[in-house]
This record gives sequence, C-alpha cells and structure tokens, in this order.
Amino acid sequence: MHRVTDAPPDTRPDATAAGEPLHRRLGMTDDELAAVVAELGREPTELELAMYSVMWSEHCSYKSSRVHLKRFPTDAPWVLVGPGEGAGVVDVGDGLAVAVRIESHNHPSAVEPYQGAATGVGGIIRDVFSMGARPIALMDPLRFGPLDDPRTRYLFEGVVAGISGYGNAVGVPTVGGEVVFDGTYRDNPLVNVLCLGILPKERLVLARAEGEGNLAVLLGAATGRDGIGGASVLASAGFGEGSEAKRPSVQVGDPFEEKRLIEACLELLGRGLAVGVQDLGAAGLSCAASETAAAAGMGMDVDVARVARREPGMNPVEVMTSESQERMLAIVEPGDLDAVLELARRWEVRATVVGRVTGTKRFRVYDGWFDAIGVPGANPPPPPGDAPPEVSSDRTPLADVPAGSLGDGPVYERPLARPAGHDARLAADPAPVLRERVPPGADLGGELLALLATPTIADKSWVWRQYDHQLFLNTVVGPGGDAALLRVKGTSKAIALATDGKARFCRLDPRTGGRLVVLEAARNVACVGARPLALVNCLNFGNPEHPEVMWQFSEVVDGMSEACRALRIPVIGGNVSFYNESRGADIDPTPVVGVVGLVEDLTDAPPGAELAPGRRDRRARRDAPGARRLRVGGGRARLRRRRAPRGRPRARRRAARARRGPGGRARGDRRARRVRRRPRGRAGGDGVRRGGGLPGAARRRRVHAGRGVVLRVGVAGRGGRRPRRGGRRAGPGPGRGRAGRRGRGGGRRPPARDRGVRRRARRGARRLARRDPPRPRRALTGGAAGQRGGLRPARSSHATTSAADSAGVRPDVSTRISGCAGGS
Amino acid sequence: MSARVGVVQFPGTNCEQDVVWAFEQLGARAEILWHGDATTRGADAVVLPGGFAHGDYLRTGAIARFSPVMRAVAEHAAAGGPVIGICNGFQVLCEAHLLPGALQRNAGMRFLCETVEVRVETTTTPLTRLARPGQVLRIPINHFEGNYVCDAATLARLRDEDRVVVRYVDNPNGSLDDIAGVCNEGRNVVGLMPHPERASDALLGSADGLVMLRSVLAAVGVPA
Repeated sequence: MHRVTDAPPDTRPDATAAGEPLHRRLGMTDDELAAVVAELGREPTELELAMYSVMWSEHCSYKSSRVHLKRFPTDAPWVLVGPGEGAGVVDVGDGLAVAVRIESHNHPSAVEPYQGAATGVGGIIRDVFSMGARPIALMDPLRFGPLDDPRTRYLFEGVVAGISGYGNAVGVPTVGGEVVFDGTYRDNPLVNVLCLGILPKERLVLARAEGEGNLAVLLGAATGRDGIGGASVLASAGFGEGSEAKRPSVQVGDPFEEKRLIEACLELLGRGLAVGVQDLGAAGLSCAASETAAAAGMGMDVDVARVARREPGMNPVEVMTSESQERMLAIVEPGDLDAVLELARRWEVRATVVGRVTGTKRFRVYDGWFDAIGVPGANPPPPPGDAPPEVSSDRTPLADVPAGSLGDGPVYERPLARPAGHDARLAADPAPVLRERVPPGADLGGELLALLATPTIADKSWVWRQYDHQLFLNTVVGPGGDAALLRVKGTSKAIALATDGKARFCRLDPRTGGRLVVLEAARNVACVGARPLALVNCLNFGNPEHPEVMWQFSEVVDGMSEACRALRIPVIGGNVSFYNESRGADIDPTPVVGVVGLVEDLTDAPPGAELAPGRRDRRARRDAPGARRLRVGGGRARLRRRRAPRGRPRARRRAARARRGPGGRARGDRRARRVRRRPRGRAGGDGVRRGGGLPGAARRRRVHAGRGVVLRVGVAGRGGRRPRRGGRRAGPGPGRGRAGRRGRGGGRRPPARDRGVRRRARRGARRLARRDPPRPRRALTGGAAGQRGGLRPARSSHATTSAADSAGVRPDVSTRISGCAGGS
Repeated sequence: MSARVGVVQFPGTNCEQDVVWAFEQLGARAEILWHGDATTRGADAVVLPGGFAHGDYLRTGAIARFSPVMRAVAEHAAAGGPVIGICNGFQVLCEAHLLPGALQRNAGMRFLCETVEVRVETTTTPLTRLARPGQVLRIPINHFEGNYVCDAATLARLRDEDRVVVRYVDNPNGSLDDIAGVCNEGRNVVGLMPHPERASDALLGSADGLVMLRSVLAAVGVPA
C-alpha cells in the first residue's frame, strides 16, 4: 500500500472554528463519519473518531490515489514483496534480497527543514529494517525554489544538514540523490527520501501479528506529543482541555536511538525472536497495531498504560496517535519475551509489552487493564508529574473496532479535467521564439555558460560531501554519477540505484513526462552496467480536489505504467504526496522514481564518461562549428581566465586557515593574502557562514560561484587534486565527464598504458551503441583522468534563469561541452 | 597463527564491520569487543573504529571513555599492545587521555566526506611501520569534528618526539599543524581521522590504507 506520511495543510478556512462537530475538526467529512457509524453500529467514541480520522486521512488511506495506483504493473518473477508492505523486496539471487522504499517528507521540511528532513530519513530507514533488511543506502531527491530566494537557502541548508546530521550518525550512507531548483517549489520544497536494504531471504519478515496470545512489544523512544495529528487537525482540537497543552509540532529525530533500534531489531529478527515487526509512522500506535493485526486476520488488545511517555498529562488519544519517532512494534511469542527484553536492554532500547494478539478480529484499546489481568510485562514508571495509572480488571475499552476497518478507508474517484490551455501549450512551437532569441550564427557561448551556471545543473558536491557515502565499503560509484553502484560483499554482484524526476516534462505533458521519468532512471542504472529490476515511486502532486491535478496524476500513472511495462520493470512500492501547493498554485506534477538495478558480475568499476572521446572525437571537436563559435565568442583567453584556476575546496580551506590566523602554518600568510582579496562581502572572520550559508556565500564570493557551476567537464582527480601547473592543457579536458573523479593524478598527460584503456573504452562505447550488454571495465588506474579545468561563468551562478528552463537539456549540454569546449 | 584484532563496538559505532572486513581480507582474525565487557579478550591489537559512540552526545567520545571496555583498552595500551583509534576512535582515545589533544569541529563548520591525501611522517608506529617515510596516501575522511588542537607545549613535544604520525597534504578541516594522526609517548597508541579501512580496495577508489592495516598486523608479529 502506498502511504503518505506528510500532512496536507488544512485547506478548509474554518477548520479550527469552535462549534464545528468534532469529526469535521478532525478533518473527516460527514459521509466518512456516516461510514464509521455504519461500521460500528453506533456513534464512535472520541478515541475511535481520532483513530479513524487519522487512518482515513488522505496520507494514510490513499483515498484519492488508490483507484489509479492499481494500474501500475507490480509483478515479476523476482518480486518477493510488492506494494503494500513496509518496503518492496526483490530477489537478487545468491540467497539475498533487496528491500527498497521511497517516501516524501515535504510538509514537515517546509516547516522545520532540519528536523523535517532528519525524521524523513529516520522513517524510511525504519520501513526498510522492519522487513529484516539492513539499510545500506539512502538517496535524497530534493526540490527547492529558486536559490536566490533567502528562504530557499534556509530550507536548502537545513534539509541538507538534516540529512547529513541524521543519516551519518545513524550509520547509513547517502549514495546519491538529486537537487533541483525551480520556482514551482518556492514555498513547498519536495524532500523525498529513498532507502535500500539488503537481507538474507530467509530473514524476510512481514508486519503480521500472527498467533493468538502473542505479545506486541513497543521498542524504542518514549511517546511524546510530537507529531500528534500530523495527519489531521487533532492538535488544534480541544478534547475538553486547554489548547496550549497540545503542541502541534514536527517530530524530532534522534539518530542514536534509531541506530540502537536498527541493531536491536536486526538481531531480534536474525535470532528469530519476532514473528513480525512494524514501524510506527503516521498515525503512530493506532496504525501499527491495527495494521499488523488486520494483515494477519487477527485482533489485538492494546493498553495505553503500558506505553512509556515522555511528558505528563497525555491522554489515551494522544498516546494512540502520537507520531514520536524511533519506535517499532515487534510481535513476539510469550516464551521469547525474556530474551527479547534482555536483547533490548543490552542495546539500551526501551521495550514494553503494550498489546496482545487475540482471535477476535477486533482492535481494542484499554487504559490500565493489562497489569490487572496478568498480561506479561508491567506498566512503565509514569513521567515526572504524573501519578501511576490506575489499574483494574474491570475496564471497558476506550475503543473497540473491527481491526481491518481502520486500514480500509474510503476510496474516492475524484473528477479529472484536462487543464484549460493544455492543448495550446502542446501545440505551441518554440522554434520562432528561439530563432529570435538565438539567430543562426549567433554566439552561444554565453548561453552555454549561463546554462551551466544554473544551480540545478551545477556541481552538487557541496551537498554530498556532507553525506557519508562510503560506509560499509560498498560504494563503487557514489554521488555525482548517473547512478550509484554498490557491490554486494561475498558475491560478485552489485546493486545500482538511481532516482530521477522530470517535473517540467510532466507539466507540459504528464503522460509523456511519466514515461520519460521511468526511462531516465532506467537509463541511469544501465549506465553503470546494471539491469533494471524494480521501481519505487514518490508521486508529489498538488491538491487532489483540483480536477486538473487528478488528471495530471492519472496521466502520469498511465505514462509511468506504459514505460514500466515496456521495460518490464515492476513497481514494488511508492508513496503519494498530495496538497503540495505554492502561493495558491499547485506544484508542477513531480513524480520521482527510484530504480534498482542488478549487475550480476562486477569485476571492475564501470568505465567513466572520461573514457569516451578518442582521436576521432578530437578531430570532430576541432572541426565542429560550435567549437569555433565558442572560441570566437568567449575567446580562448577568456576561457582561460574563466577556467577554475585554483581548486575551489582549496580556496576555501585557505580562507579557513587565513581566518585562523598565525596559529596556522607559516605558509598560510601568503595564501591568506590572496584569499582575502577574493571574498566579497564576507562579514566578519569568525568562520561562520552568514545568511544562507554556502549558497549565500556563493553569491557573494565568485570563488564559490565557480565551484557551483560544475564544469566538472574535465575536472579530474577525486576530491579535486590539483594538477601540476606546467602539465595542464590550456582548455578543459575534452569531454571528460563527471566520472573523472575516479581518475588519479589529474592534469598529467595520460601515460602510454592508458591509451589501451581508452581504446578498449571506445570499443565499449561502440558495443553500447549496438545495444549489447555493457561490459564494465576498471576505470583508470593512473593518469588518464581528465584535465582539471572548468570554466567560471561570466556572471553569478545564481542570478540566472530558473532551473526549470534548463532541466531538460542536460544531456545536450554535456554533449556540447565535449563537442566544443575542449581542445582549445 | 593469524593475528587477532579486537574491534571495539560502542552503541552508535558504525564502522566496526568495515574494519573487521578489511582485516579479515588480510588474513587476520577480527572480532567485535562489546563496550560493556571490560576485556579485550586476548586480542593482539585493539582498534577503536569510527562512528558516533553514544550518539556523540555531550561531546565526541566523552561518554564512550567511561565504558567498561576502556579500562581493558588502557591496560592493553599500558602493556605496550597496539591500540589504533580511527576517526571517532581517535576522539575516544583523546577523551580517555590515551592520546594528547582534542578534536573540535571542522574549520568549515560542515561535515566532510571525501578522499584526502595524507603524508606519513613517522614509520615507528604500529600503524605506519611498513610505509615509507614521506609516503603520500589517499585515504577518505568522514567527520564533523576532525580539527585537531592541543596547546603549544604539547605541539612542541609532539614535534620533538616525532609523534605526528600522519599529516594532511592539504588540510581539509583546519587541524593544527595539518595533523591527521598522532601517537602516544610509547608509540603504541595511534589515533587518526582518516579511515584506512575505506581505502582497502582499489575497486572503491583507493587501496592506500592497506599499508596501515598491514602495519598493524606486522606490529603484532604477523608477516605482511
């Protein structure tokens, strides 16, 4: 099942107005309430109403999208678990399986970027290890408004810091992702998070509460008021108490708690101590407990008195719907309980028995009952300020509903409408406009540089250098490439992973855009030599109550389905995020897909793009009209001047050293002078970045602007090793692409032995052209990397056109770079 | 008889399996030492791997130094046994006063994960005995708090006694005197910020860290 975790903003104007019936304040329609009454045969209790309102909310129930999602192809012989579970799982052979899931955390990140992104990472990791898989990779497709907007920079920095802070500490490497800047996301950034895990097939577990009498053990953090009613307007409802006590808040992440939880749960599953595990996400304990019971066709009793609380005065409704992070529910057999508690104690993970599986098929919630009737375990000590809960064997349930009914929400077939003006947009011919803007024979050098300077196209190493992307010693190809490639230790296999989105195409033509986004991700996976195995998607759309949005959604689903069928890639999971709106306008339809691929026999790292050009290419480049035009326009001299003359990171380090003053090394003095001349508008020397951090600094400092503009066209040497000056060519290396990072000794002329490598690579390229399966080869082992070089844009990288204007032309750009910028 | 390497695991440590794997690739026997057990279980060499011991809460390594296993590590060190702290392990060793100095936040105030060049400054430690003096190694760093600091007197001693084990060729984090790793007076306890285990396979980009891992094994009497 697709699940939406981020809360839609409440769009009803008077949602919090007093005097409205409770169900409406909780975000339920009158019809939905009637359905609940029909289900129960009576009016629901307060707790029941709260649980239904959350579970039947758009993001838990997929009530608007479900009818469309059914059209995705989901079957393939290698699919072990398709949509509907914590994560999709595919068989990769050798007794191993891969679990993968993607999710959005858009709205929390718009409110509190650091915690929003951090908890997004935490949530997706729990989804994956709840299947028994060890999470080994994260990817973060991110979308923001224009980078020259101060709020965007705040959000961008916060989100990256949140991913870095949580992902690094929890110990799951972030091996890739995307960063796109576009006006459509100005007030509504998209923070999507993908996690991939690997597991021995026999450890695969599903979230099932099987076996009457089995116990539900809540593991992890204490339950607080954070994230209550993230799904509805619960937090602003009264429930007869002062409203100040109901702090609505974005959940707060604790990666250390999660790290211990991962280790504890994987050990639990590895030792066969749990029959099922489910993470607590949206709707908290209500969702986890009822879903596991319903999935097994069982019932469950839960006692809220058994739930450890973080703060005093919490009522059962808050306990049952809290979205506190870092919590898992494990279903264990009574005989294993002691072992489970001992294991949890060793990992310093809190564990309490909060429920028991029954044969009633009812989901019942009590308060202070279990201790009196002898259910194993005991009530945890109350938080300071609370009295111990009263216990009695004579308790009526606070909620008593059919277990399956909570997860069986309404399904809507919302109206669809083709947007007005859509046909005109499709029919529009941009050629005359382009001809006017760029007459034949015009100098395109400036256009090219401006394009390269757009933040969406620019080098993103500022982002991924902050992510641990190497942990577990699997990362053969990391961030910055077409797809990540992770070897699977103990086998000859490797897993490829790519995420892609093409919102601009989807706006122009959702169906074609939907096809293209699947194709692009599949191609990217193929670029590292992998066969696409499975796809997960995160469908970020506007308000589903707008028929145009639902039409876009439907078209995108159809387009993606067509492409998946054509490529035989099953969809094994996904997530829908509706209500993404910016300044009253729906965002461009933004399906983001993650494709997992498999390399059966990885012997060497895949060849980098830098291997492609050969002698013939060089000649072609020399003769290409584009080359001349660029030279005429920009001029060789100018190109040289613009070329990134000093390693950017170095410049920054020198600046740092200079700021430190004489405590640094003696040589720093000379460098310090040089650096001091370069920064502009840098306030103070305390080393603290101001106003928008690097993006802000980049605007002020041309140095960074240059770094921000890729021109990895020739940048060589992993991490930017500077070539010897004398050995550098005048221009940026011909067509040596991003993969130049793998080469060593950038700037040196390729030694003779590498010419053979290049010959082989050309053969490889021809083979690829014939559509033969790619045969990965080791990348350069010495010296043949691209020249370090790169251009600096003529103007600030951030004052340029919106990213959307250029997103679609990326492939062309790289072609043109190799076609015309080199060999000068 | 292969060497036995004990790899300490605190809650929050995350590089322990990487270190175990890298040593096992070299034929050593590596086993995890749980932080709550006050024993090194007879390991020939002890490694404190990278990660976020106890979440790095309070201060990196500040809580980990009180784990029972640290008593055993200190005894192992006092007896002359090799102790290597990598990244977070280096921070723990500093907090435990088995190494001088401290590690503060990077000068750029950002987490850094990238491959850097470090120069071997001395080969009379268990981490570098097989390296050449002055040898430049490409090894990944992965830290937020890798900016080494100590007082002037300590720095003078480190220099005079040749106890700076590795220096950054191009200082990424603002470390004093470009220091990437130091050793104790007895030269058997070494801490460094770069992760040699992440440079243990050319497939992943660099195998330059192998000389360090082999050195550790050689130091406990196993031919490399």
